[in-house]
Amino acid sequence: MAGKTLYDKLWDAHLVTEREDGSALIYIDRQIIHEVTSPQAFEGLRLAGRKPWRTGASVATIDHNVPTTPFKSAAEIVDDTSRIQVQTLQDNTKEFGITEFGIGDVRQGIVHVMAPEQGAVLPGMTVVCGDSHTSTNGALACLAHGIGTSEVEHVLATQTLVAKKMKNMRVAVEGDLGPGVTAKDVVLHIIGVIGTAGGTGYAIEFAGSAIRGLSLEGRMTICNMAIEAGARAGMVAVDQTTIDYVEGRPFAPKGEDWDKAVDYWRTLVSDADAEFDAEVNIDAADIRPQVSWGTSPEMVVPVDGMLPDPQAESDEVKRSGMQRAYEYMGLKPGVPVTDIQVDRVFIGSCTNSRIEDLRAAAEVAKGRKKADSVKQVLVVPGSGLVKQQAEKEGLDKVFIEAGFEWREPGCSMCLAMNPDRLEAGEHCASTSNRNFEGRQGNGGRTHLVSPAMAAAAAVAGHFVDIRELDRA
Amino acid sequence: MEKFIRQEGLVAPLDRANVDTDQIIPKQFLKSIKRTGFGPNLFDEWRYLDEGFPGQDSSQRPKNEDFVLNQSRYQGASILLTRRNFGCGSSREHAPWALMDFGFKAIIAPSFADIFYNNCFKNGLLPIVLSEDNVEALFRAVEGKEGFRITVDLEQQQVIPESGEPLSFEIDEFRKHCLLNGLDEIGLTLNEADTIRAYEARRAEREPWIFQ
Ligand code: SF4
Repeated sequence: MAGKTLYDKLWDAHLVTEREDGSALIYIDRQIIHEVTSPQAFEGLRLAGRKPWRTGASVATIDHNVPTTPFKSAAEIVDDTSRIQVQTLQDNTKEFGITEFGIGDVRQGIVHVMAPEQGAVLPGMTVVCGDSHTSTNGALACLAHGIGTSEVEHVLATQTLVAKKMKNMRVAVEGDLGPGVTAKDVVLHIIGVIGTAGGTGYAIEFAGSAIRGLSLEGRMTICNMAIEAGARAGMVAVDQTTIDYVEGRPFAPKGEDWDKAVDYWRTLVSDADAEFDAEVNIDAADIRPQVSWGTSPEMVVPVDGMLPDPQAESDEVKRSGMQRAYEYMGLKPGVPVTDIQVDRVFIGSCTNSRIEDLRAAAEVAKGRKKADSVKQVLVVPGSGLVKQQAEKEGLDKVFIEAGFEWREPGCSMCLAMNPDRLEAGEHCASTSNRNFEGRQGNGGRTHLVSPAMAAAAAVAGHFVDIRELDRA
Repeated sequence: MEKFIRQEGLVAPLDRANVDTDQIIPKQFLKSIKRTGFGPNLFDEWRYLDEGFPGQDSSQRPKNEDFVLNQSRYQGASILLTRRNFGCGSSREHAPWALMDFGFKAIIAPSFADIFYNNCFKNGLLPIVLSEDNVEALFRAVEGKEGFRITVDLEQQQVIPESGEPLSFEIDEFRKHCLLNGLDEIGLTLNEADTIRAYEARRAEREPWIFQ
């Protein structure tokens, strides 16, 4: 019998019961809750007179709606509907006895930054959240994926989820990454190769020497965008980097439990003879810094390339998608990527707002200035703790001196539910994960890039190859 | 949840691939804490010429007359026909809520994004996967005849166009059962509370830190 994949092991360990029709009940160890996708779930519990199954399994915070300018209470949020959601989460967590890292708490932040930072996500766990980028947490070798609001309610009430086993895919990136090539470029490249539906129905394990060489933060950036490749869950096997990351975090096991946990966690790797339903092999040397040009994350090109010609695309549906994207983006095929002018820059989101992302951006910003043509550069840390750490290292000063804005933690311009947004027609170099029409503001045009590339675009006023920054 | 057994209705064709949930219901409408009332803002950026915001009276807004759902021949449609990877992007359940609130009962496409597909079933909305060829043929039939109607028979797992052969589709048994009977999934799961507790006891033995 073939060995098991990491995903097989996680699935088996959480199987509560299998039903005759092939669906299963899996146990959920941790649920992360935020203000946008939870109100209707709590309402459902109340209407049915149900209580949460295990309140300790859930942790809540506010992120999607919060302003990134300082505020001290919900009452200070100007937008009515945002304020109501933030307030509603406060009320609900209180009523149901769930821990919330709320306003003014240094632990508050983007769900997928806060949870691993607290050690609320541990290897071997099943983790869900009413947010598709929950896949981020798979970097810690857990089965983590987004769910809808009805499922949020289901998990609250039963601590389980009705699920069907996904298929196994392995994406192996072997070799050394070139200079200026970051985790973000790796994942954008992968999506460019397999497409935005390439991973649909699969759990993807990211493997290979280039992935193992990444920090845990870098692995989170990769797993974060598994969903942009169509896969609900992405994951990386346990190694020493995983264990070092978890040790000492507030929710991590201690003492004897720690040793026992580490012994178990070390088994969370795919067996050598495990079989995958699909395998993709990528040579790290082929990956160059990436820039997305269109309205789907698969529309990416290397920064030293040209915008692609739709006529060269043989698939009719794809071709018309490209044509529509060109129209929306106000761009033309054949133009060099570095000719695209940038109006605003956003450095943040659950993809790239951890400390090493801010360090990478600051390294570029240091001693340089924002181009006059760039209207605004927002730097939004992923959590209060990331912000604190960055300030300890003086990164805030570097940004401010460069003419960037240093903000409070939250999702911010990643989805523009708060006041941070693009005006129609503006091009934005963004470290977030989605470049859909209107994502960062009605009519706004998003280009997905790494933090260093975003900072470089801010300085130059257009995209530049980070490897040639000083010559640009 | 309402039962879904059979649905006969007018078909609206949305000829785009990769329609994402940001498009289905733009984020400014996610701030509601209710499950209803999203219908007027379904596909908001495509349906209207101005920028929508919550709480506005959408009947007074300038419409994009070219957009398919604004065309008179598709008024009252209850079945949406569309292209591959429908519902990609964010996990917001507001997307199926908006589609249902608008009046759609079933969606036909060559493929759906996973989370969206899942979310549909929780709300009694039926996503139907047909082959690219069958979808293409339906597009031609719908465009070719004003008022083209389809019957969806869940029991038989068939899409029956008003002209032409019935088309079979696959569906998970459990989901079919829940839809046909309008079952509350949480109630069903709680019937197995003892099994869940027994599982927890085993886990707590092996991984006590999970339960601290
Ligand atoms: S940062 Fe963006 S992608 Fe991440 S959770 Fe917030 S809105 Fe979603």
